[in-house]
Amino acid sequence: MTASETVEKHTIAVLVDNEPGVLARVIGLFSGRGYNIESLTVAEIDTANGLSRITIVTSGTPMIIEQIKNQLNRLVPIHRVHDLTAEGQPIERELALIRVKGQGDGLAESRRQAEKLGARTVVSTAESLIFEITDTTEKLNEFIGKMQPLGLVDVSRTGVVAIARGAGKF
Amino acid sequence: MAADQSARQMSGAEMVIRALVDQGVDVIFGYPGGAVLPIYDALFQQNHVRHILVRHEQGAVHAAEGYARSTGKVGVVLVTSGPGATNAVTGLTDALMDSVPLVCLTGQVPTHLIGNDAFQEADTTGITRPCTKHNYLVKDVNKLAQVIHEAFFVARTGRPGPVVVDLPKDVLFAPGTYRPPEDIPPRKSYKPQTQPDPARVQQAADLIMSAKRPLFYGGGGIVNSGPRACQLFAELVKLTGFPCTLTLMGLGAFPASDPQYLGLVGMHGTFESNNAMHDCDVMINVGARFDDRVTGKVPAFSPGSKKIHVDIDPSSINKNVTVDVALVGDAAETLTALIAALKAKGFKPDAGKIAPWWKQISVWRARNSLAYAKNDKVIKPQYAIERLYALTRGKDTYITTEVGQHQMWAAQLFKFETPFHWMTSGGLGTMGYGLPAAMGVQIAHPGALVIDIAGEASILMNIQEMSTICQYKLPVKVFILNNQYMGMVRQWQELLHGGRYSQSYSEALPDFVKLADAFGAVGLRADKPDDVDRVIKEMLAVDKAVIADIAVDPAENCYPMIPSGKAHNEMLLGPGDKQSSGPLSEEGMVLV
Repeated sequence: MTASETVEKHTIAVLVDNEPGVLARVIGLFSGRGYNIESLTVAEIDTANGLSRITIVTSGTPMIIEQIKNQLNRLVPIHRVHDLTAEGQPIERELALIRVKGQGDGLAESRRQAEKLGARTVVSTAESLIFEITDTTEKLNEFIGKMQPLGLVDVSRTGVVAIARGAGKF
Repeated sequence: MAADQSARQMSGAEMVIRALVDQGVDVIFGYPGGAVLPIYDALFQQNHVRHILVRHEQGAVHAAEGYARSTGKVGVVLVTSGPGATNAVTGLTDALMDSVPLVCLTGQVPTHLIGNDAFQEADTTGITRPCTKHNYLVKDVNKLAQVIHEAFFVARTGRPGPVVVDLPKDVLFAPGTYRPPEDIPPRKSYKPQTQPDPARVQQAADLIMSAKRPLFYGGGGIVNSGPRACQLFAELVKLTGFPCTLTLMGLGAFPASDPQYLGLVGMHGTFESNNAMHDCDVMINVGARFDDRVTGKVPAFSPGSKKIHVDIDPSSINKNVTVDVALVGDAAETLTALIAALKAKGFKPDAGKIAPWWKQISVWRARNSLAYAKNDKVIKPQYAIERLYALTRGKDTYITTEVGQHQMWAAQLFKFETPFHWMTSGGLGTMGYGLPAAMGVQIAHPGALVIDIAGEASILMNIQEMSTICQYKLPVKVFILNNQYMGMVRQWQELLHGGRYSQSYSEALPDFVKLADAFGAVGLRADKPDDVDRVIKEMLAVDKAVIADIAVDPAENCYPMIPSGKAHNEMLLGPGDKQSSGPLSEEGMVLV
């Protein structure tokens, strides 16, 4: 395998007009051209100008990553495409809500582990706990792995949001 | 001011017509239906926009493509909701693949019924999202004019393409305020790059000056950019003295009679073009996209060359083939910059430096790869095209084609001196394209000679448009190379599937002479080589639509051919050449 065939993971941020169908255009582009989506988040970030920001974590060879950026740029409602990974190590965060079911000692153990990894208890009952954790994908995976044997029953994750380092404007 | 304001008050349907007029549209191709009745009513009450009534919505889109490709203007289509829109999908995909500027207006059920599975409802924007450059659903009559103007702008700028505007019936009835094009602010998120990066232009010029075995590889992007780009391309080719090849979409961008022209490149390109592609040291691609029909096996594609790629679409760069210098920009702008850079660097053509290269090319040329075995009993398809070309020279001739062997023979043997005279379905390969496209060309050029070079299988895919052609008294000539087979399918079955001709024989063909007669056109037939000239002359003499049914050799194959998965220097040159490059690999077999 040569360097150009190595599969890389990239986080791409896309500024779009918040209009009907814009997300379908982006998702359709990925499925239609066979690109991977590892995670995708979207929310309006500028109500006055009607702009949304989409964060996509994708993987591919450098040639494919370049294609993904160029293809995204071709879409009419897309203002800007930034390859945050290529531009420097971006700050990446993900939020998860997870439920652990159990009793007494079991729940106490999961609460101890959660505190150690920086998770917050949002709901606490005699039979279950709901934790909230905001961190990198890797940290979330580690936390969920730890909760698995302790009665994990439900996981909800947001997918990655990311922002570039430094003082620049998107 | 008040008078001006009230003049801008109108229904959505009237706004559609007004917007078309303001965009300079004089003809549209369409088919009425329930959801677009308000537009048809508005059309009825005006004299600015002419409507051509097709017989199938696919025909409307191909006709608009023919109109657009032969004029450089945006083609316009009007169809109803549901089946009207879904029938247009093949044409839209065709226009997307070949970068043809179109605006397709589709009717839609009223907004309050959208999503209810109403009669003739289809999710048109959903269905056409992947087969258009952009699409819109208009829910507010006060945004309608802006959307239509923006649609025209998106369709014709950057890399051109089809744009769909979906119009719910209640929006067409609703009153609102019209806005003329000059009132529409440019869309901030859409700014195609037309000027190339000056530093890269310098790099490209240096590379051109260093070349010993150079080759120009021109494509449809030059034609799409316009007549100025074609002139500049020819100027650059002449300035350098380099050889030049063209893709299927690029034919006419450089005069075929010029000694520097090597002919078509790619799967059925000439021996000299493909060998020059393989062996060149500097390749200058202007407006072509390294399509798989051109490259053949990518790892073996022109292995020793430095590549310059001029394209207005950044996503075409490094998509199939990695290039050394990418120039993103409009072909005319980029060629202007490149010529200026070469002149500034004091470039003088050095015939001596590239003489060995031209000598090699002349050896390849001498192989005469488009030659075929002449026959005085059976009409060879190549002979029919050669005669058609010879007997139409000097006329203002526009050629459209269907898809298959006849298309490749036409591309190889019909020589185009100027752009905008060759209309074919390149990217999508749509059988049934040629007849409606010819109709659109003839509407745009009423006095010109318009010929659809067809196969007997393809022509049946949109034969209903003969009715449109006769309604508008369009003297379109349909020249059918009738070999009774889906010829290209048959050829692949012969070469790759052991001669098992599965479903490729055209059984129960109609009598095309009677068919022409039934439509009100003239039918002619040639059965032997001696008939060919007479039939062509008769066809040209009639000022009516003609179907000329030319019975050609059913077993003739189209050569040269680069079998799928093979390299440019592994071409098959003729029937005796089957084994010369070894059997096809498994990888090659799965390619289309």
